[in-house]
Amino acid sequence: MTPDAEFHQRDRSIHPPAYTPVYKTSVLRSPRIPLWSLQNSLSEVTGPMFTPDELGSLDNDLVLNYAKTGQPVGEQIIVHGYVLDGNGHPIRNTLVEVWQANAGGRYRHRNDTYIAPVDPNFGGCGRMLTDDVGHYFFRTVKPGAYPFRNRVNSWRPAHIHYSVFGSGFAQRLITQMYFEGDPLIPHDSILATIPDKSAAERLTARLDLNAAKPLECLAYRFDIVLRGRRQTLFENKLQGS
Amino acid sequence: MKPTPFDLSYLPETPSQTAGPYVHIGLIPAQAGFEIFANNFTGDIVTPNTKGERIVIEGRVFDGAGHIAKDVLIETWQANAAGRYNHPADRQDRALDGSFRGWARTGTDFETGIYTIRTIKPGSVAGRRGRKAMAPHVNFWIAARGINVGLATRMYLGDEDAANADDPVLNIIEQPERRKTLIAPKSVRDGRTIYTFDIYLQGERETVFFDV
Repeated sequence: MTPDAEFHQRDRSIHPPAYTPVYKTSVLRSPRIPLWSLQNSLSEVTGPMFTPDELGSLDNDLVLNYAKTGQPVGEQIIVHGYVLDGNGHPIRNTLVEVWQANAGGRYRHRNDTYIAPVDPNFGGCGRMLTDDVGHYFFRTVKPGAYPFRNRVNSWRPAHIHYSVFGSGFAQRLITQMYFEGDPLIPHDSILATIPDKSAAERLTARLDLNAAKPLECLAYRFDIVLRGRRQTLFENKLQGS
Repeated sequence: MKPTPFDLSYLPETPSQTAGPYVHIGLIPAQAGFEIFANNFTGDIVTPNTKGERIVIEGRVFDGAGHIAKDVLIETWQANAAGRYNHPADRQDRALDGSFRGWARTGTDFETGIYTIRTIKPGSVAGRRGRKAMAPHVNFWIAARGINVGLATRMYLGDEDAANADDPVLNIIEQPERRKTLIAPKSVRDGRTIYTFDIYLQGERETVFFDV
């Protein structure tokens, strides 16, 4: 391994701390001893890679990938964006996975008991690889808001969960994307775990009229940034191989 | 005002958010209760062609009150039996195994809280910048409801005492007692080699987690 494969130190100030009483479940699930800082070795700068043949042709189309008797109920949207690293370079061929509630705010999950009905034509998950410029896109229906047990009247704004890999396991990230203009955003306990307001705002997708399909569906743009490596030259070699 | 990466035109990382209680839908849909993809990522990553000693890693995840966390996503990343990662940044002169990616994904069981990974015993990998070899280990990354940023740790093998005692990462942990939180005891059950790796999120036995 050459030193230039190492990642920049993660800026912890833009992430939520582990212990965030505003989100009650974090209280007992947060390590209290400081993390041990570990200089990158091969174990951190490497990570799993995926190939297109592992995915199905409808995996990024949540409107059709679980359709049984027709299309799911709800406002159809396209969500797209770029996966970049901290140096501004595209991360190519990286796996992006998404999951969400249906238009009524109900998840297809054995533990979800919310009153909104399960949509027989909506699974609620999708996945895709970024292309040669780091771009990804998927089609879905806009998820609904729903209540959750935190305080007596806590609601989640509409959101889509994201899982992203990058090119090394130390870049692994799970996050959530919100929708511009959602009035629940300032009330959300999960977003409130992020102390830096500008960081939280970067989780809000913007309406992207230019990417909308006229007379068919609206589009939202959500870019994701993962940690950069110390030298960008190496990254080009890495991504191209 | 403190200088920020913005001043240098670096892009700030996207903030993390909890995986939430329904992480299974997106990442392990079978556990959520449905089938959607033709090809699923699982915790069983051994094929008949994979080289190496078959092992099972299993364990539970405990919260700060000692409760078993039954909705946790577990991912592991490891070298092959020869001690090489299946990734272009690993340029060690060792054989790749085309039938082994080295990455597994599973969840703790909703009833028992036990997670299970079927894999092979990893080889020893060169240490940072090619220095002293690291003892065989499996990298863990866990995410769940209540975990705001995914947690990174490592599992070392309980039958590798000599290599563990010499491991450059275990040895940076100041208190020898805490190193033991990363060492999984080995046992044999029904002819299978089991490493039991329980993870303690908080409390007296808190697992060592790394800022990688």
